[in-house]
Order: sequence, then C-alpha cells, then structure tokens
Amino acid sequence: MTKVNICGIEFKNPVIAASGTFGFGREFEEYFSIEKLGGISTKGLTLNKRDGNKGIRIHETPSGLMNSIGLQNPGVKGFIEEELPFMEKKDTVILANLGGSTIDDYLEGIELLNETSVHMIELNISCPNVKEGGMAFGIKCNTASEVVKKAKSISKKPMIVKLSPNAENIKEMAYACVEAGADGLSLVNTFNALAIDIYKRKPIFNNITAGLSGPCIKPIALRMVYEVSKVVNVPIIGIGGIISSEDAIEFIMAGATAIQVGSGNFINPNISIDIIHGIERFMEKEGIKSLEEIRGII
Amino acid sequence: MKSSYKDGIIESNIEISENIYEIILNGDFQGFPGQFYMIRGWEALDPFLSRPISIADLNNGKITFLYEVKGRGTHIISKLKKGDKLSILGPLGNGFNINTKGKIALISGGIGIAPMLYLAKSLNINVDLYCGFRDKPYFLETIGQYVDNIFVATDNGVEGHKGFVTELFNPMEYDLVYTCGPTPMMKVVMNICKGKVPLYISMENRMACGIGACLGCTVETIRGIERVCKEGPVFKGEEITID
Repeated sequence: MTKVNICGIEFKNPVIAASGTFGFGREFEEYFSIEKLGGISTKGLTLNKRDGNKGIRIHETPSGLMNSIGLQNPGVKGFIEEELPFMEKKDTVILANLGGSTIDDYLEGIELLNETSVHMIELNISCPNVKEGGMAFGIKCNTASEVVKKAKSISKKPMIVKLSPNAENIKEMAYACVEAGADGLSLVNTFNALAIDIYKRKPIFNNITAGLSGPCIKPIALRMVYEVSKVVNVPIIGIGGIISSEDAIEFIMAGATAIQVGSGNFINPNISIDIIHGIERFMEKEGIKSLEEIRGII
Repeated sequence: MKSSYKDGIIESNIEISENIYEIILNGDFQGFPGQFYMIRGWEALDPFLSRPISIADLNNGKITFLYEVKGRGTHIISKLKKGDKLSILGPLGNGFNINTKGKIALISGGIGIAPMLYLAKSLNINVDLYCGFRDKPYFLETIGQYVDNIFVATDNGVEGHKGFVTELFNPMEYDLVYTCGPTPMMKVVMNICKGKVPLYISMENRMACGIGACLGCTVETIRGIERVCKEGPVFKGEEITID
C-alpha cells in the first residue's frame, strides 16, 4: 500500500533515513529492524576519509539544531569495505550520499560506487560545512549543472541530486539539475545559519556558520518542495524537519514521492517506524489505496 | 545490555543542593556504572534534543540521576513532579571497567560526582573519594557509606580544603583512579596520573543523538576521532588527547 517507485527502484514505503543522521544504520539496529525503512541514505561520503571539523559540532536552537560535523566519514573505499557489507544484507534501498570539492572527486567516487550494490547515488551538492561538501556547486545553476552533467554521464546508478536551500533560486537550480540529467531530486539540505556566544563574543562554531535543521525549517522546506515540484517532472524526495506522519504526508501532498527523516532520528531512534505506521493509518482512515492519489495535490 | 527508548514514571525529584537535583524513576532500568541515558522531560519540540545524564544509582530497576540545572532542558526536568512521565533512552555508551583490584581513588568535580555513587557501590573494595565543589558539597552522605575516606575541596573554602581537589591527591597512594568532572579538572588529573597510576576518565560533550549516529560529540584519541557517546564516555587516561 505504501510502496513507491523512484527511478525504477521500488521502495517498500516512502520513508528514508536522511544522510548524516543515521550513520550506516548499525546504531539503529538495536532499536528496530532497519529493513522496515523504505531506504537509507548513507552518511555523506567523500572520495577520501575525513576526520570532520574541530570545535563545537552541535548547537541546539528552538525546535531544531545547528551542526558543523564536517563530513566525518570513512571515504568511499572505506565505506565499500567496512560499511556496505553490513548494509547490503538488509532488504532496503541504499542511497550512497556523495560529496566532493572538485568534479574529479565526484567522478572518481561514482566510478567506485558503480561497481557496488548501492541502489542509487544521492549527489550531495549542498553540505554547507566543508568545501568538500559540494555546496559551492549547489549555489549557482551553472556550476551545479556542470557537475551533475559529468556525474550523470558516468553513473551506472540512478542519480538523485540533493539540493541546498541556500541555492540562489531553488526553482532554477532544480530545473538546471534535471536538465543536466538528474534522475530525481532530494531537498532540502541544511540552511546556512549563525549562532553567537555572547559571553565569549565569538561565533559558536569555528567555521562561523553551520547548517540548521529540524522542525523549525519544515515550513520553508515544504514550500521549496512545492515550488520545485511545479517546475520539474522527476521524482522528488522531501526533506526538512519531518518528525511525524502528518509532516510526511504534507510533503507528499506538496509533490514529494518519498521523504527523508533527519534530525528527528536524534530525538527518538524509532521515529521513522512511527512515521511509517502513521502514514498507513492515515491511508486506511482516508480510504487512500496508493500514495499516488494524494501526491502533489496542492 | 540492550538499550531502549521508553517512558519512566517519576518517584521523586528533589533539590538536594542549590540547582542540584536527584530524580528517581520507577521501572525496570538497567546499566553499568559510567553509562548514561538521554532524558526527555517534555513532549514539545522545543527544547529539541534530549539531555545526556549519567546513572547515579540503580536499585532493583529503579534508577537515580543526579543533575545540575544548567539550561532550559534541565530546568524543565527540575519542575517535574512525582507521577510525571519522562522519555528515556538507554543505557548508552561504555561504562567504567569495574573488574579491578587494589586501592582506588575516585576524583570528581561538581556534578561529576553523579556516576561515582553507582561506581563506588559496584567496586566494593578500598575506595577513597576526592570531590571538589564550587560551593557547598552535596551527595556526600549518600555516597559516604560506599567509600572509606572522603576528601573535600571547595572553591570558596566553605567546607574542606580551599582550592582544587587535585591538590589533595597523591597518585602514588593508589593502584587505579577514576575521574569525572569539568574538562580543566580532568586535564589536571590526567597530568598528575600520567606514568604513575592507571586512570579511567569519563568524558562529557554536547550530544544530539546519544547513540553514535550524528558524530556531534567526538573527541580525539590515540586511535583517531571517537564518539564520546559510543566508544566512551569512559576512556583510559592515556587514550585521550585533550587540547
């Protein structure tokens, strides 16, 4: 009933764990069977291993949090050797989230991932916390278009492009990425934001700014998904402060085929399961046979 | 020990010293000394994150936490009453190694005394407690029955030695040391113990998830970057490289 299809890949339900909030799934196995998820987007990968940022990495805000983790990850090869063997045994869709600081980094990463069992690539052109995160590619349409085009030309996997809400114009950015060959879009990544320690008279984060996520961004993320769904005809994965089935259904009504749960994983490790059950209950109650019936009805 | 996310019912929540509270929850809770729980005392989304608090005691499934009111989260928890519900996730992290012999020193600073009660109870051998406080000491009566000697230091001299608790401590008298407290104090303890006596140190950091997924609470160790919530919070003294 809750099945969805994105770029020919079937998801048993539209709920996907968002990159950077779910590791590679191991930590959550203790709380529920991660096979119940529609899919898992891996921690953001870069070609080479990264230790991440120094200093404070997390700062709570009203109904949300800022993070500056800095893409701490084992590198694409480390992922393939150490994490993928665990993930590929699970009956769920694996999205390899890939960032990069140069086009060559992206391309090398894709070539390595092409030969693996990951189902899709989520091209991250939107991490605000490091230059390797790719946000430099996610602000202006022409740079985004170039990396997407080249990545798509060598990718053997369906390619979702993860958009930054910091893009100059989200609709134009979405359109440019689809024109360049994106098979789907996921949005939004975190909002570039600032917090200040008034007693130290300094920014909280070493990098000055950091990425804001959580329920506080949901209405803006929802508006962006709505706007983007009107200008592209590829599947959209909605992301941004989703912590309930009601939130998830809003995104679907705004045009998303599936959704990702991010910061919500931090407040309740079982939150995605609650959301899946909530969607099922809603469909039963409202007599909805397929999510197609409500997708993009706004 | 399996971690789970569930509700706990408050049996009591008492201010035992200024801004220091002892909360007891009924249930079938588990955990080792040095492990912690993520505590959520509100249904709203603001504050957004749960609060990491270490286990102060466990008695037949009943769990005790000692916490200091520092921000909005702990302030809300401090206002909860008997019968109120909390959501709690745990037990989390790796606790203290309690398979030890010889003479042991526990060194705490401020609210870092919290995990020392359950630790002292579990060690059940020759244990001395060195505890530093800014102002009036607390929790000493409760913990007193499980330790041989208590050495107190206060910043303002209101009780015990006026100054740092580390000034009272001679590493040569002990076979093993456990410490929990503010980072500057633990840094001094690390320097004092280095090359003289083995040390276990319970680290603290800002946390979002508490289960090892967000990578928000990392610390530099001799093995590389590790998570306080997952590989820690307890590390061997020689493993940590504090800036």
